[in-house]
Amino acid sequence: MTEKHLEHRLLLEVVTPSRMVVSKVVDIAVAPGVMGEFGVLVSHIPFLTSLQVGEMRYRVGKEEERLFISGGFAEVSNNKMTILADAAEPPEKIDLERARRSRERAEKRVAQAAKDEAIDFARAEAALRRAIARISIASKKRM
Amino acid sequence: MATLKDILRKIGAVKKTKQITRAMNMVAAARLRGAQAKMENFEPYARKFSEVLGNLSSRLEPDIHPLLTPKEEVKRIRVVLMTSDRGLCGSFNMNLINRAEKLLKQKQAAGLEVDLTCIGKKGRDFFRRKPYAINAEHIGVLGRVEIGLVNNIANSFIKAFLSEAEPVVDEVYLVYARFLSLGKQVPDVIKLLPITPPDQAETAQFGPTLEYLCEPSAASLMIDLLPKHISVQIYNAFLQTETSEHAARMASMDNATKNCNEMVQNLTLVYNKARQAAITKELMDIVGGAEALK
Repeated sequence: MTEKHLEHRLLLEVVTPSRMVVSKVVDIAVAPGVMGEFGVLVSHIPFLTSLQVGEMRYRVGKEEERLFISGGFAEVSNNKMTILADAAEPPEKIDLERARRSRERAEKRVAQAAKDEAIDFARAEAALRRAIARISIASKKRM
Repeated sequence: MATLKDILRKIGAVKKTKQITRAMNMVAAARLRGAQAKMENFEPYARKFSEVLGNLSSRLEPDIHPLLTPKEEVKRIRVVLMTSDRGLCGSFNMNLINRAEKLLKQKQAAGLEVDLTCIGKKGRDFFRRKPYAINAEHIGVLGRVEIGLVNNIANSFIKAFLSEAEPVVDEVYLVYARFLSLGKQVPDVIKLLPITPPDQAETAQFGPTLEYLCEPSAASLMIDLLPKHISVQIYNAFLQTETSEHAARMASMDNATKNCNEMVQNLTLVYNKARQAAITKELMDIVGGAEALK
């Protein structure tokens, strides 16, 4: 695979602390950057950005795949795109029940955070965003 | 002199102990494989991370972020001690505890205030009886570590480091077991805060430094990356300590099994001697009785 991407193809690697989620030669990869969604094609210039919580997509031929990404950052260099994220899951691996529960919990915490100083608003909000993104990615597939 | 029956009972007991130590050895071996696999899976993430961080920090002024700046006056330090939750792994935990205590004493001798964060039950149990302030403890997390928990721990240190209100923590050290090989695990100390950026010489081996196009900007990326850097170090320490624990337990249980074998051998010798003595004594009695009848 490493040989292949040298001959003018884009290698996508999605890595989390616990494992390598994707390692594939792709035609295009689209990821949610902090300054908006961006697409990467072959021969992209060296590029570095932080990522938002959200959905990333990549296409091989006519097959399009989607992934949930919990923030992190992306690096592109030498026709290789590396995404480092705390969590990355394809739609079929998302536990929808768990995401729904965590959305409820996060909603409550965000509501309480306005009154209670002890609750970290930023953290509760981040948890809520992750839950919403997971739910929307998982349920799109099922329709 | 123990009777024959006593010796037999003792042999039985040692044999049973041997069964247990051998089983524990095998369990540790299986867990060790799992822990090593986790370490291997983390490797690509850690490598890429330090590569990117090294690249960025080579292009930025070192005082770009408060997490990078040493405090002008260091008054209070925090030591994070990572140990296992369970014993029966030889001197593994004691080595870590001694290393942490040495560091604490050294800092106290220099007139600094110290506090302690304990990850793992063994370290907590030891230092609970000592006159050090334990500011937080995390029990039962080694071996099932998640990046979410690690981020929370890292954030609590960052908060304590940056906070305006007393008590501010001016430096954070982490004591963990570094896994060198199956036979060798050493306690190691790393400085978590203030952050020392990855060594230039180390990152240079990945080829010439690339001029990245950065979004939003190199400086703000750095601000995102630095707290993550602490998480990566803590996560790595978790995996190393877990692997070391299993390796240490494997070695000590292997030793215990060997010692059991030796004991069984020695006891069997004693048993045979005693049996022989008993037979000889009986024979003497019979011969003596027969003589008397003549």
